[in-house]
Amino acid sequence: MKRSVFFGALTVAGLAAGASAAATLDEVKARGELICGSNTGLAGFGAPDASGNWQGFDVALCKALGASVLGDATKVRFVPTTGETRFTALASGEVDVLIRNSTWTLTRDTELAFDFVAVNYYDGQGFMVKRDLGVSSAKELDGATVCIQTGTTTELNLADFFKSNNMTYTPVNVADDSEAQRQYLAGACDAYTTDASGLAASRATMPDPGSHVILPEIISKEPLGPVVRHGDNNWGDVVRWTYYALLTAEEKGITAANVEEVAASSTDPEVRRLLGVEGDMGAKLGLDPDAFKRAIAAVGNYGEVFEANVGEATPIGLARGLNALWTQGGLQYAPPFR
Amino acid sequence: MSDTHAQTVRFVRDTMLPAATAPVGERGAVKWLRENLFAGPWNSALTILAIFVLYQALSSIIPWLLNSMWNAGSLSECREILAAKGDTSGACWGVIRTRWHQYMFGFYPPDLYWRPLLAFGLLFIALSPVLYYGSRQAATAIAGAATAFVLLALLGLGEGAGRLAVVGGVLLALTALAWVAPKKLVWVTALYAPVCFLLLWGGSVWSPVVALLGFGLIVAAYIWGQGVLGTVGSVGAGIVLAVLFWIYIDVPLAIALSAVVPIGLQPVASNEFGGFLLAIIIGVTAISFSLPLGILLALGRQSNLFIVKTLSVGFIEFIRGVPLITLLFTASLLLQYFLPPGTNFDIILRVIILVTFFAAAYLAEVIRGGLAALPRGQYEAADALGLDYWQAQRLIILPQALKISIPGIVSTFIGLFKDTTLVSFVGLMDPLRGVTQIVRADLDWKGIYWEPYVFVGALFFVMCYGMSQYSQYLERKLRTDHR
Repeated sequence: MKRSVFFGALTVAGLAAGASAAATLDEVKARGELICGSNTGLAGFGAPDASGNWQGFDVALCKALGASVLGDATKVRFVPTTGETRFTALASGEVDVLIRNSTWTLTRDTELAFDFVAVNYYDGQGFMVKRDLGVSSAKELDGATVCIQTGTTTELNLADFFKSNNMTYTPVNVADDSEAQRQYLAGACDAYTTDASGLAASRATMPDPGSHVILPEIISKEPLGPVVRHGDNNWGDVVRWTYYALLTAEEKGITAANVEEVAASSTDPEVRRLLGVEGDMGAKLGLDPDAFKRAIAAVGNYGEVFEANVGEATPIGLARGLNALWTQGGLQYAPPFR
Repeated sequence: MSDTHAQTVRFVRDTMLPAATAPVGERGAVKWLRENLFAGPWNSALTILAIFVLYQALSSIIPWLLNSMWNAGSLSECREILAAKGDTSGACWGVIRTRWHQYMFGFYPPDLYWRPLLAFGLLFIALSPVLYYGSRQAATAIAGAATAFVLLALLGLGEGAGRLAVVGGVLLALTALAWVAPKKLVWVTALYAPVCFLLLWGGSVWSPVVALLGFGLIVAAYIWGQGVLGTVGSVGAGIVLAVLFWIYIDVPLAIALSAVVPIGLQPVASNEFGGFLLAIIIGVTAISFSLPLGILLALGRQSNLFIVKTLSVGFIEFIRGVPLITLLFTASLLLQYFLPPGTNFDIILRVIILVTFFAAAYLAEVIRGGLAALPRGQYEAADALGLDYWQAQRLIILPQALKISIPGIVSTFIGLFKDTTLVSFVGLMDPLRGVTQIVRADLDWKGIYWEPYVFVGALFFVMCYGMSQYSQYLERKLRTDHR
């Protein structure tokens, strides 16, 4: 019974607490299940659908990781974490990896003892205003009332932006996105500010999307990416290179549909190494040779994941922008598989 | 002088005048209005102001409710339909219709919905001897209603005939038992916790059975040890034995038994629980365990034994002095640090334990109020009769103290039940915020605001109002004074 586990466990708790840092990869393999810290629900990025299956941009990376480590994208358990619980859940070992729109900052890297192993989405804070307001630049927002979610980095960015531009504003504090959207639509604030991806998703579902504009200024850097515990570098490598495998797949034109065919016919040595046809890239990480091939087959390449979840064909309609490959003017750049 | 009078008056009336109707201002609706709403200039002004405010509120709410749309599959579709009808506002209840199962069960596997439903029906049968002990009508009515509810719900889910027959058979048998021997239903109550655990979480049938053996040890120690050790000694020895049993024998024995006789139900993980299923599990478990714990703490706080008293006061003041959210975060995060890595100490269980502690600390103080309200003579009378401590508490003190405390106890219960929505802060899917957030993350329903809140609020109101009505019934039933 769980109760007895609890009592027994308490006695040895202090002794063993330090051991959790080591060998997440072995733990995941032994458990046969990857535990992925996810969002409690963010449109396009991570949320369960009507039948309880998790879907989204961040969720796809968890599934790719499940496919590369365990050979099965369905062997992933998603643990919803809130903004407050996410880092403790990771630090305490309740989740193996946190892929949940978390911004990479110096403090989180050092004081919280985490490693941000990659940036899977470059976001930035933007503003949305009603078209009637006649504002075309955030610099014209002097004296505006601004809806802002409390307790986030966006709150600090907003203060910095207005101060550095010598402007004043009146904050309207709201608790979450749905409340912000309601306040904004009810006219309680002139502008709503949050991450640009969130603004796009909100705008898409408003009664009349055409009457709202997202201003061109992006006032902060929000590099969002997967997080692992400090000190378990091998596991960090596994997460990082699984992500880079999806990026490289896009660069090389490998998709979920053609991955088998490419593996059989390609003569490009890097593609052959990526897909495990030659070399031992997987083994260097403690994975199977075809680990990355399975990941690509499970969710598709980075571009496919983007388009399917948040891209221009979806209601969220985000452009690739900074998240285009480096070859197309974006920032997404994978080191070589060599 | 009377003569004079008789000569001057020509007509003396010898019948009563028929009673005239009261003036318009002194009867009926006008009188009521004048007395209650327009009793003076100040009163009239307030009335007019109140009517204005009510009009303002209702003029937007009533059309919104009257234009309710139940059929739309997404928020934008709902808005289109409303716009096509020419309505400016309307409630889009389609979100409740399409996500109804998530609001009720979270992500519990749909083909297993019969298990929580059966557990829900059994809950009322198990509660009936507690709420209406020995009453045949009440027990039968509750069991019958629970049976009908569960069977209708299963029919609505389109369950097969076999499953309907099994579930219906169990419930009908219990209904028959309620009619034949309502007091025997206490056994259903006693066995409810392990049965409910098995139904909800599934897994091997042996783990609840073996855990139950621990309680069997306590009862056995009481029966055989009472003569030698006395009541407290034998129960204490039983508890020590049971705890040793749970720590060292329970798990291996359950594993061994399930290896030999592998019977059980398909397991369901805790992270699949959500919605009202989760709220009711946490609420009902915490309510049932916090009452006895609260009574013990209240008695402990009044005890003359130094250690018992200090522990009780320390527990009550510490738990009561800390916000519930802090305790929930402790349950969700801090405990993980203390436990060895790889230990999977169920999150729902952790939350239930701390919510129970929280409610017990409050209840202890409510009950202490009841104990303090008893006249000193009651305690002295119990002593004079030669009753020992536990007999005095059981027969004289607690029945009176608990009766006095009923409003406070039920109020704590209602507060506790509503507090279950706070578990969303530790990532569990409570109906109010957890499920709603997931629903809003679906692009079909992103931007919906009032409808989920109104729906969840209405269901909570029904349940809390039910508890309140029962407590008022209980107060009337137990009223022995002649006020």
